[in-house]
Parts: sequence; C-alpha cells; structure tokens
Amino acid sequence: MNSADVKSYDNTKSWFYTDTVKDHFFNPRNLVKKDDEINVKDYNGVGIVGAAQCGDMMKIWIKVDNNERIKELKWQTFGCASAIASTSMLSVIATENDGMKIEDALKIKPHDIVARLNGLPTRKFHCSVLGDKALRAAINDYFRRTGQNDRIIVEGERIIDKVLKITDKDIEEAVLDGADTFEKVQQRTKIGVQDKTCIPEVEQLIRFYKEKYFG
Amino acid sequence: MEIYFDHASTTYVDERVKEAMDKYFSDEYGNPGSFNTVGLRAKNAMDESREKISKILNCTPQEVIFTGSGTESINLAIKGFAKANKNKGNHIITQKTEHEAVLETCNYLEKEEGFKVTYLDVDEYGLIIPDELEKAITNETILVSIMYANNEIGTVQNIKEISEICRKHKVKFHTDACQAAGYLDIDVQNLGIDLMSINGSKLYGPKGIGLLYARRGIMLKPIIHGGGQEFGLRSGTENVPYIVGMAKALEIAQREKDAEVTRLTNLRDYLINNIIDNIPKTFLNGHPSNRLPNNVNITFLDVEGEAIMLMMNEYGICASSGSACTSKSLDPSHVILGIGLPYEAAHGSIRFTLGKRTTKEGIDKLLNVLPGIIEYLRQASPVNLSLKDVGK
Repeated sequence: MNSADVKSYDNTKSWFYTDTVKDHFFNPRNLVKKDDEINVKDYNGVGIVGAAQCGDMMKIWIKVDNNERIKELKWQTFGCASAIASTSMLSVIATENDGMKIEDALKIKPHDIVARLNGLPTRKFHCSVLGDKALRAAINDYFRRTGQNDRIIVEGERIIDKVLKITDKDIEEAVLDGADTFEKVQQRTKIGVQDKTCIPEVEQLIRFYKEKYFG
Repeated sequence: MEIYFDHASTTYVDERVKEAMDKYFSDEYGNPGSFNTVGLRAKNAMDESREKISKILNCTPQEVIFTGSGTESINLAIKGFAKANKNKGNHIITQKTEHEAVLETCNYLEKEEGFKVTYLDVDEYGLIIPDELEKAITNETILVSIMYANNEIGTVQNIKEISEICRKHKVKFHTDACQAAGYLDIDVQNLGIDLMSINGSKLYGPKGIGLLYARRGIMLKPIIHGGGQEFGLRSGTENVPYIVGMAKALEIAQREKDAEVTRLTNLRDYLINNIIDNIPKTFLNGHPSNRLPNNVNITFLDVEGEAIMLMMNEYGICASSGSACTSKSLDPSHVILGIGLPYEAAHGSIRFTLGKRTTKEGIDKLLNVLPGIIEYLRQASPVNLSLKDVGK
C-alpha cells in the first residue's frame, strides 16, 4: 500500500504516498498539457487558485452541459505530487457517472478527494484543498458567463486578529495543515499574540474547522 | 540499485573504515575508563585515534573532544562556550544560511539564556560580507559561528579572512565543518579557528560520532553531565569502535583528498554544464567556483521540487529538494531564500551531491532522464516564468 518515500535535505522528515496517489501522479487523468491546443471555446468555466510563490497553483477548465452536469474537467497544476494527484482525482470525481451535477460539485470537500486517494499525509492536506476551491472558482465563472450572477458564491474572508489582520481563511489553512490546538495555530500564524480579544473566537473556529475537515 | 546523489545527507561507510572498527565491538570491547587490561587496550585504541586526528587537524590530542554527532559538537561549541563565557558578553554572531543545528542552538540561547544573536545576511552566492561581520562585532560579542561550507548550496566561506577579523577583535570563532572536512583544508592553525565541528557520517565514517576541536584555553561548559569523560566535557562511556572509525575515515579522506577533489570537481562541472545547457530556464545556486567539489544545486523554473524528486526516485535517482513540501514549515529552504531567490523560484530547487561511488555513467543516466522529467512537469504546470522574472 505505502511505497514511495520522499526525503528532505536533512533527512529528518519523510512521508509516504498511497499507490492511488502515485498512480494519479504518474498517470494523471484529464491533464491538459501546456503545448496541447486547448480550445477555450469548448469550455464554459475557468478557475485559478493559488500562486507559484506559495508552492501550489491550479487552473481548471470545465464544460457544463444544459443539464448542469460537468461533462469535462481539464486542469494544470504546479505543486508537489499530492497536489498533482489530488487535482487528477478531483477531475475523475467531477466527471464520472455521466458528470456531476453542479450543485453536488459545489459540495465537494477536501476530505472527499483525500478519501478517494486512500489518504494523504496530514501535512499535505492543504494541497488537496486547492482542488475544490479551483473547481468552485470555475463554477462561479460558469455562472458569470451564463448570466446567473445570483448563483455566484462569494467566499469572503473575515479578519479575526485585528492587529495582524489574520483571517478565518488563515485559521482554516492552519487547521488543514495539522494545527489542531490553539497553540499550534498561534505558532503558525502568530494569531492572538497582540490582539488577545480574538482568542475565544479563534478557539471556536479551530473546533469548527476540525469538525468540518476531520470529522 | 539506486544512483545516489545525496552524499551531503550521509555517506556509506568505507570498507576500510568498517574493517578498522570491527575488532572493537566484540574482541576489544573494553571501557577505556576501566582500570584493567581490557579497558587499557580500548583506551590505547582511543588515544591512538585521538592522536591521529590531532595530527590531521594540526593540534594537540587534548584539543579533540569526541561527541555523538555533528549536531552535538555544534551544541557543545555554541552552548558550552556561551554558558562558560557569559560574564564576558552576551552577543553571538552567525549567518542566516547556517544549518539548523547552529540556528536552533542560537535561537535557544536567545529564548532561554538571554543572549543576543545577530544573523548576518549573505550575498547572492551565499558568502558573508566581511565588512558586515566586522560592523556587527560589539563589546558584548563573545563568539562568531560561520560554517565552512554550506550543506545545501555548497558555498565555501573565506574562513581565513573571517578568523582574522575575529582575532583582530578578540572574539572566538567556531566553524561547522561537517560538509567541508572531507574535501577542504582542516588545519586549524592555518585557518585560525578556535572551535570546529566535524562528524563521521559525511566522511564515509559511521553515523553517531562527531568531534569538536576546541583550542587550548577556550572555556567550555559541558552540556552532558556524568562520569567526566572527554576532559569533563562530554560524559558517557566513549564509543571506541566509532572513534576508531572516525579517525580512519578522516585519515583516508585527507590522504585521498587531492585526487578525489579533482575527480569530483570535473564531474560536478560536467553535471552543472549539461543541465544548464540542455534544460531551459534553469540556473545554479551557490558560488560557481568557491564551491564544494561534490555539490550541485539547481533551480528549475515552473516546477516544484518534491514532484521532481518523486519522479526521479521512480527512475532510481536519489537527490534532495529545498521545496516547502520537503520541510517542516510551509516555507522553502531558508538557504535558498537567504541567497535572495524569490519564493516562486525557491520551490523548484534540487540538490545533487556527489561522492565516491559517483561515476560519469551515473551522471549520464541522470542527464538522460532529467530533461524529460522537467518537461513533463512543466507541461502539467500552469506557471510560465522566465529567468528574467526571477532576476536571473
């Protein structure tokens, strides 16, 4: 089950990928190569999330039919093996069985992708989160192009730590990266170091995101 | 069988070293501290090893302290020195691109012991700027710790120049020579060093052994307390077979250095030039000539280091990466960022480190598969940077 071992410079950390992750990394499904001519007119939604600076970036093209099913999902990903594999798995989940209905696709959670990959190391969890975000961005783009502006879902960020301007998204990312206590989230984000009034809310959000992603 | 390009992580044990050590496990198993003939023979073996090493370092045997690793040597050098000399001052100077063993030890001294630490910037090649070191020295400065050669980018510091500055200002100088000891001059008199850390596992010696050179008159406090072995600086029964192995490894390394340095430098430059010439949008990190003979560190734009490593691993090629995905933080390597690379470029850096078993055939195998791997991952990547975008 577990095979490929990836090492770091100093040999102190290592982790394992499942065979499913490796399969999707080495044989990605629905990938659109940079050199392949992609006719953008064939697709009615495009979504981009992340940035190269952060180490992960994804671009997703979707083709939605009249019944609001996702008939095609093409993608490109800059990132580590699990980022590539999870985008590939997302493309399978969204297009299998005649294509997922948009309303269901909007409900795809990182957890669903990870489950289909037979698991990811906890600290790699944040890679897969981008996939569902990119898909939601592409669906929003589809809504925009088809004049359904009322259906666009705005994923707003809210500032929690008023001094350091740390948002609920930052807390969400930290929890997804395995910070499961206030101390760990603080270590990662410096939240509540100066703005101590936000601590109760931070603790509440950590509980919420833990419940949401890890059940 | 894998092709191993990760010698800066660790090396295999040289057969001659293994042979020299063998006797000291079950036949000559004595405790050098025991007052009997079995113990005495072990003590003689240890003393001989210390003597041998002291000749290589050009110091006295009493200045060689055996420890359990390079990290432990560094801890003893910095923490042990700081604690023993805090009446003289509370300031330490190091650089941003040190190994974690130095950075975390300094961090500890700042947080727990009230010391102040200056972390010097380095230039685009990873060299400190001597003027900045000199400017950073104050009346409170007691110690400067600058590594001899960098473990990630292979840049070799001008140790003599640094030691002269330290002498001039009467500040003691420690260098982490773990990566350097197998390839460079480690004559402590010539270099003007007060403290130097070396370990066995990068020298084709065993893991779990290190040494600290501490110049006579340097005050240290032990960090491990007990029976007072190693001149009271490192308690615990001496690891005789590993000490013998360390001495043998260092002896072989220094004896064969000149030929091996020439061989590896040729292979290194062959690898660097072929990568840069055959794969677009790549560049070398670290100094082009002031560089360890076995270190190649390359950034590949538009792709992420861990993905490259996993692909190479599939072809039986072992290397290591400075990407965020292979570190405990979310940031890419502090060394790669330290030489001024932007984040988007830092994620795609790969280190290949050569060694005794590296051959031209092995490098050719790497060069055969690497362009395809990079092209494949670039095709899958939505990022399209140019060298100009990252200041190259």
